[in-house]
Amino acid sequence: MSTTASLPVRLEALLGRNRVGATEDELRKFMIGGRIPSAVLKPRSAQEVAETVRFAASEKLALVCCGSGSKLEIGMTPQRYELALGMAGLNEIAHYDPADLTLSVDAGLPLKTLQMALKQKGQFLPLGVPGGESATIGGTVVSGIDSTLRQQYGTARDFLIGAEFVDGTGQLCKSGGRVVKNVTGYDLHKLLIGSLGTLAAVTRLNFRTFPLPETCARHLSSFSDAESAMNFRAALLSSGLPLSNLEVISPEFSAVAAACLKAANQSVPASPSSSGWNVYAACEGHEAVVRRIARELESLTSAVRAKKSETLSASVGEALDDFLREAYDHLISTSPSVVLARIVLPNFTASNAMEISRLAQGGSFRCAFALRAWGVAYLALLAEAEDAATIEELSCAATIVFATVAQKRGTATLLHAPLAVKERVGFWSAKPPDFLLMQRLKAVFDPQTIFAPGRFAGGL
Amino acid sequence: MEPALIRELQSLLGPANVLSQKEDLLLYEFDGSVEKARPEVVVFPHTTEDVSRIVKLADKYQVPVVGRGAGTGLSGGALARGGGVMIVFARMNRILELDLENRRAVVQPGVVNLDITRAAEHAGLYFPPDPSSQKSCTIGGNVAENAGGPHTLACGLTTNHVAALELVLPDGEIVRVGSRHGDAPGYDLCGLLVGSEGTLALVTEITVKLSRKPEAVKTLLAIFDDVGDASHTVAEITARGITPAACEMLDGWTLCTVEDYIQAGFPRDSAAVLLLEVEGLREAVESQAAVIAKICTTNRAREVRTARDEHERELLWKGRKNAFGALGRLAPSNYVLDGVIPRSKLSEALQRIQEIGKRRGFQIGNIFHAGDGNLHPILLFDPRDADQFARAIAAAQDIIRMCVSLGGALTGEHGVGMEKNELMPLLFSDADFDLMRRIHDAFNPDSSLNPGKVFPLSKGCGEIRVRKASRNATARK
Repeated sequence: MSTTASLPVRLEALLGRNRVGATEDELRKFMIGGRIPSAVLKPRSAQEVAETVRFAASEKLALVCCGSGSKLEIGMTPQRYELALGMAGLNEIAHYDPADLTLSVDAGLPLKTLQMALKQKGQFLPLGVPGGESATIGGTVVSGIDSTLRQQYGTARDFLIGAEFVDGTGQLCKSGGRVVKNVTGYDLHKLLIGSLGTLAAVTRLNFRTFPLPETCARHLSSFSDAESAMNFRAALLSSGLPLSNLEVISPEFSAVAAACLKAANQSVPASPSSSGWNVYAACEGHEAVVRRIARELESLTSAVRAKKSETLSASVGEALDDFLREAYDHLISTSPSVVLARIVLPNFTASNAMEISRLAQGGSFRCAFALRAWGVAYLALLAEAEDAATIEELSCAATIVFATVAQKRGTATLLHAPLAVKERVGFWSAKPPDFLLMQRLKAVFDPQTIFAPGRFAGGL
Repeated sequence: MEPALIRELQSLLGPANVLSQKEDLLLYEFDGSVEKARPEVVVFPHTTEDVSRIVKLADKYQVPVVGRGAGTGLSGGALARGGGVMIVFARMNRILELDLENRRAVVQPGVVNLDITRAAEHAGLYFPPDPSSQKSCTIGGNVAENAGGPHTLACGLTTNHVAALELVLPDGEIVRVGSRHGDAPGYDLCGLLVGSEGTLALVTEITVKLSRKPEAVKTLLAIFDDVGDASHTVAEITARGITPAACEMLDGWTLCTVEDYIQAGFPRDSAAVLLLEVEGLREAVESQAAVIAKICTTNRAREVRTARDEHERELLWKGRKNAFGALGRLAPSNYVLDGVIPRSKLSEALQRIQEIGKRRGFQIGNIFHAGDGNLHPILLFDPRDADQFARAIAAAQDIIRMCVSLGGALTGEHGVGMEKNELMPLLFSDADFDLMRRIHDAFNPDSSLNPGKVFPLSKGCGEIRVRKASRNATARK
């Protein structure tokens, strides 16, 4: 059995000297929950990833695949963490056939770079996800981070058509393919979405691509209370208008948005202060369609008691859209201590949305709430201190929220929190009923438990 | 089969829900494929608990179990390849809940696909996956096979419209996967189960997503004197980033046969037609229809007709959806293939299908989902003629190999079943099989559930054992 002291040397023998990082700076870049790996490996091919995984499996070393590192804090802290597998060296577009609207891309390619390549052909991947300049496509998919475009395009599971990955035995495997309609074999690639790297090292992803919309329109309405905002949301949903995004945002959430937009020299016109509940609706597509939807949005707002309602100018609309897409990053950096949870309920009514959004109020922290599309909500508790009392208060608040969500037969997942809060509250509100099957799958994919052990709750 | 098992099943379900006489079982040895395998007993559960108890009994007597809906499948997925107990879900056919406000329906697996739409359409909602057999096929079978249909081009397959499932595992345990809304926490088990062809679990309840019926629909029929022109039209529509709701192609030979049977108004003297549908908001439909019509004309369409009303539209679709039935009038049996290719290779693929037909001595018809590259070549043959049957199988394999060589896949919507399991190595490596087999075994360790499907028996995957080889079970006669 090895000792970690000689590890970098043996890793250099495996991949070559310039592919192993062990400097303090390099290691800190991939720190998770205070844990620092012993070495960072930089493979340049799927075969090298497979070799590394085989090595890790034979030595029982825990391994975390890292893209840009922007979402490593999602999930629990791995119980063990010896190797960071930096995927940035796998960064080619392997196949892109614009005429077929299909794409095969290495996991380490930054999403932004990919979108620029697609844009040249008038196409895009409808992932409205946070990550700025550097988030990789692999990390985006594996993190399970939500997309602001899900109302119109669905999530990655709706347009990921295949994948290549290295399982925990070091075998390079694949599922799906590069055609848009395919039911050959098990859909293993779907399991990788949101798996937080606990099943496999993803090396390549295949997608169907979409034509860039001709144009878009964004609309913002402001209401004096949550109930009016939720009623407007219900009216929009039942109108059947094809919206690309629909979000109800609370006063505190609006305040965070307003601050971010101010920094970008823009203002949120309908709610300069944090006094109201806002409803953001966006649509995109053919020009005549967008014009029609914008018109109907206006007339729907005139039927409700909105304080203010308007179609946003291109620059403000774009800034607000950017904020909502990047909201995860904005929220977690807005205060010293932030708890961010994703909440799904069987039915978001005005009353239970208000109840959830108010549950955590009354403490020394701010509470921001947003409800996206058909019912994925985000609750952020923003505290200005990091002391023990604050942590205690945040933990209690999060525990109450999780218990209430479970009582309503919903699910809550902790996306971000101070370490101590994470440890108290756990990753999800309740173990899902199919946890037993998840354990079996983990054992199948990763028999030596080397992939980010414990990053999911329950030791997965 | 042990009489004691049949007695126990009868006392569990009542004699009216158990069939074990040979003449009754004969009805269940077929599905829509060319395969054949007879179960030893057929049972009709009414509840999830019934299913769980049946599975436990089968386990006690060490006999395999296979689930079946309406038996319309085209890859032998619902055939009892290992004999044993066939669980027919026909009597678990209730819609348990319609949540119109949140666009969800909770249904039992024996509910007929179209009945979901019928139940929801008064609220302007529908269930988009529309296999040609949608008037008779069940949602349980759709889930098992991840069924498609003409409208999957814009709407996606069954997997895109299923939110949650209730399962019975091979040991009788009942588990729920997925989430009614949003993303289920943890691994996407619902995504794994849909399309697993009944080899991992039996599905006993399905929460489906309902969609809003489009405000406007326009159906176009483009008529071509050359198949290549029709293929190029499809490629150009795709490349221009236009996604019609459906884009179906029928070749000239098939057209005539359909027209003899249905009189849908298809021109008898053309080389191919494209049946194109656009749907959505009125403005989108108008402009897309105009662009599509222009692309057709530029690619030398002889004529582009627009269905003037719902009656004309229904007639065109009737012609398409009953085409296989029409071809059935020409020969004792037909073999509907299912392969996928990249859409840009359509022209080449059709040409190679004709070459294969010539080489193997068949006239091969093509009626298929051109928009997503999902081919359905049809071979007409007489199964009593051993030589013809062997040539049909050989031609089918040639065609599937051709699809793979063009960068495609073995099946777009029918499933692998026992039709293509031996062809799986064309796409998957030993490592791929090893992982899939380990996943199979994690759910279904004794291969008691739907044995002999998906995995090649000829390869190292013989571990997908057929439990207790039964004397009645006959594969591919």
